[in-house]
Amino acid sequence: MVLPQQGARLGRKDHTPKPTQGFQSWLLRLLVHGAALFTFSILLFLIGYILVRGIPYLTPDLFSLEYTSENCSMLPSIITTVEMTLISLLIAIPISVFTAIYLVEYAKKGNKLVDLMRLTTETLSGIPSIVYGLFGMLFFVTQLGWKLSLLSGSLTLAIMILPLIMRSTEEALLAVPDMYREASFGLGAGKLRTVFRIVLPSAMPGILAGIILAVGRIVGETAALIYTAGTATEIPNGLLSSGRTLAVHMYCLSSEGLHTDQAYATAVVLLLIVLVMNTASALIARKLTKN
Amino acid sequence: MNVKYKIKDLNLHYGEFHALKDINLDLPEKQITAFIGPSGCGKSTLLKTLNRMNDLVEGCRIDGTVLLDSEDIFDRMDVNVLRRRVGMVFQKPNPFPMSIYDNIAFGPRTHGVHSKSKLDEIVEKSLQDAAIWDEVKDRLGKSALGMSGGQQQRLCIARALAIQPEVLLMDEPTSALDPISTMKVEDLVQELKQNYTIVMVTHNMQQATRVSDKTAFFLLGEVVEYNQTSELFSMPQDQRTENYITGRFG
Repeated sequence: MVLPQQGARLGRKDHTPKPTQGFQSWLLRLLVHGAALFTFSILLFLIGYILVRGIPYLTPDLFSLEYTSENCSMLPSIITTVEMTLISLLIAIPISVFTAIYLVEYAKKGNKLVDLMRLTTETLSGIPSIVYGLFGMLFFVTQLGWKLSLLSGSLTLAIMILPLIMRSTEEALLAVPDMYREASFGLGAGKLRTVFRIVLPSAMPGILAGIILAVGRIVGETAALIYTAGTATEIPNGLLSSGRTLAVHMYCLSSEGLHTDQAYATAVVLLLIVLVMNTASALIARKLTKN
Repeated sequence: MNVKYKIKDLNLHYGEFHALKDINLDLPEKQITAFIGPSGCGKSTLLKTLNRMNDLVEGCRIDGTVLLDSEDIFDRMDVNVLRRRVGMVFQKPNPFPMSIYDNIAFGPRTHGVHSKSKLDEIVEKSLQDAAIWDEVKDRLGKSALGMSGGQQQRLCIARALAIQPEVLLMDEPTSALDPISTMKVEDLVQELKQNYTIVMVTHNMQQATRVSDKTAFFLLGEVVEYNQTSELFSMPQDQRTENYITGRFG
């Protein structure tokens, strides 16, 4: 019940805001705009700073096939990065995607094992990368005797990105509407065909997003790699030889303190790689969702 | 008249809930049978039992027998073979997020048809049978999600026809459609009855009178009355049926 008096008061409140409210909304607007501007300018400053410091030192020398302490070439590191990424993904993607398929499509609801696995993956994704590095060093490098190598590093990274890809695949599978599954079963398709022909393709953009995230994590990783893949400057000539990724290379250059300018130039390339990857993934995702 | 489906003493439980009680029905071949009744009366549940879609529901228990051409569908019959013989059209149009062509070809491919020319033929025939060929023949490669709701539903019917089923189960196929699309689907169903046995769940009593040959009225998990549609609607034998069709409840 609204009394006439109350109604009138409500009406006035709606039409003529008190002056303090005007001030409050003005203040809030200032705050949100300010925060947005601040975030944006920090990003801009960071990128600008790296570009200004790095671009002048992007000489052809930096891309020679062989690293010497004079030229500080990053080409071997770029190649190592690509190799490391590919091997890690090759190991991690099948395992994590299949695990996610099991959890979403096959495991019965309320299964204790599923809860345990979710808990495990969540814990895994919260562990700092240096701990992974330590584990990799103790297990792959020492215990299995694989030394500081591409293999030790890739396996360590694969374990690191496993929960990442798994979680995003799981989310993507859960987001596929049940009516697609019903339609497929209704046509006499079995579970396997339904999962691989209908559900998985529909979930592809989400899975891809997880993979891109994982690639970003690999490319940016240093701590876990220094102890497992080492810092050798050459292009690794096999799975069991050591090599440094671009991020590790940058870390070494700047920690040695002799080639800070080259470190900035390396950062420019790293930034570029990340940018290209993000754009590519956005394009692929858009293309996939369109069809 | 041949009996296509013979349902004997069927009881179905969802956990503790007794959803279908002692159902006995004979569904005639190449006719349209409508299931009517208020929400939650079990009509969709029975429909889903006919191609064993209830298998997917956890805690669902079924007793009794359902014979398709005198073969027990729960005994020794491969569920995928059953669903190839018994197509289904759902309440909401549910085309796959792929091209119109691939939507239709999915079923035949599932059952081993891979030759391009054979698939082309099936796709064209199914779309023609579903009376949608003229509307889509120029964009078979386009995504099915770009079609209107009514077109999507007819595409789903075409998809179901592509595996050459004997029976077509339709779960309120027009409830998500506008009146004109509804009319098209109803006309289509009338056409299809020449070659297929059709079982249709509907909320809409006018629809049941317009399309069906026989009607079963469901209430609280039981079949209250099952008769020729014309008789059930003009001379209902049971007081509850009369109350429902005259709009006293439902």
